[in-house]
Amino acid sequence: MSRRGDWVYENNGGTCVAVAGADYCVVAADTRLSVGYSILTRDHSKICELADKCVLASSGFQGDIKALHKNLAARELLYQHQHNKRMSCPAMAQLLSNTLYYKRFFPYYAFNVLGGLDSEGKGCVFTYDAVGSYERTGYSAQGTGSSLIMPVLDNQLKSPSPLLLPARDAVTPLSELEAVDLVKDVFASATERDIYTGDKLEIVVINKAGTKREYIDLRKD
Amino acid sequence: MFRNQYDTDVTTWSPAGRLFQVEYAMEAVKQGSACVGLRSRTHAVLAAANKAASELSSHQRKVFRVADHAGVALAGLTADGRVLSRFLRSECINHAFVYDAPLPVSRLALRLADKAQVCTQRSWKRPYGVGLLVAGLDESGAHLYYNCPSGNYFEYQAFAIGSRSQAAKTFLERRFEGYNDYTPDQLIRDALSAIKETLQGEKLTSSNCTVAIVGRKDDGTVEPFESIDGKKIQEIIDSMEAAEEAPPPPAAAPAAGAGAAESSSMQEEDKGTDAVPMDI
Repeated sequence: MSRRGDWVYENNGGTCVAVAGADYCVVAADTRLSVGYSILTRDHSKICELADKCVLASSGFQGDIKALHKNLAARELLYQHQHNKRMSCPAMAQLLSNTLYYKRFFPYYAFNVLGGLDSEGKGCVFTYDAVGSYERTGYSAQGTGSSLIMPVLDNQLKSPSPLLLPARDAVTPLSELEAVDLVKDVFASATERDIYTGDKLEIVVINKAGTKREYIDLRKD
Repeated sequence: MFRNQYDTDVTTWSPAGRLFQVEYAMEAVKQGSACVGLRSRTHAVLAAANKAASELSSHQRKVFRVADHAGVALAGLTADGRVLSRFLRSECINHAFVYDAPLPVSRLALRLADKAQVCTQRSWKRPYGVGLLVAGLDESGAHLYYNCPSGNYFEYQAFAIGSRSQAAKTFLERRFEGYNDYTPDQLIRDALSAIKETLQGEKLTSSNCTVAIVGRKDDGTVEPFESIDGKKIQEIIDSMEAAEEAPPPPAAAPAAGAGAAESSSMQEEDKGTDAVPMDI
């Protein structure tokens, strides 16, 4: 699309969302892979399970995303060997940030949302920009549909100002099923107006018992 | 051993065509506490006798997971072994990164052997003072290799290294022919029995041995390389001792071991030959 002869990126589209709960985390992404106005495939996963309590969803340029996921998975294996346990979600969050900033001057074209359980078992979501700036939040959306989804999540999940007392958790008080329903709803809405979002929705739910995966059909147009 | 004028550095040959420094490194392996490895067609087991520096300290780790499909047990300078394990782990990770497949065990043993060989041909290095039993599972089944400090490596059906390993080798020599068809449980029992031979009278308990297994179950699922939990080992030891009261079960050895076309074309010795310093 770009007129530059040296433009090495392309945007394969798609949207990723994560919502943290008191003892669960929902990470979801659509499965459409596009380039320009065409669809390359309707069945491509953007989600990578990095550790038993840590799941990464990324949208953007799939070449960079594949490389980034492979990189992080290899680092997690190394961590396992060295520390005899799997990486915690906050540790992976920092590693992802460092990995992204490492390529500050030739970035990974990846917009990431990391979700999982922290060491206390509470849900956590970390949201990133392309060069590693990150923040722990209660929910986030990244990708082509993010501007359609974020306002809705803000409306439903945003906690009142941290200046107000008593202090309230950023994580949502919603139950797991309610959170999954919310995610399905926002994706259905984003699919309506964002051409790059659709086909199928992959939802991964992480809780104390482990990881569950489900697939929901979305509009294919 | 013996001091002479040709053993000062590793790059000096003796008139008889020997590299004494390398042979001395193999001696270090013989001083380490015992390790045994054995394999069937689908599973490989490693067992090590734990040795603690003193009653007050914990015992040294001798069995390391290198990847989901492979692990090593070592005898000799455990510090060298730790460093080599780290090298093997990174080789496996890099291979999987590039080829999206587990590093075949024969290639793993080869990388290790090449690394060991380098140290036998540089005047500023010394050979690694550790022998490794490399056990793993790949597309062609379960494998067991022994890598020595000389850079040589051989594939084995069963082998033992370290101090008093001859007792274990004798035990394994009697029984190895049936190993291809052994169940994982039988392999573990034989591994424990072999370790028991090296303890020479000391009682075998779960606190003075480590056992690890890797393999592919009948239904195709892979059991990743993992140390067996101490409690389970103690149960197996107890049941073995109980069975000893009864007449020993016939060591099942179906002579179907004629199936020659086993894995690789490389030299595979079946059982422990006496640790020859350098097999030329």
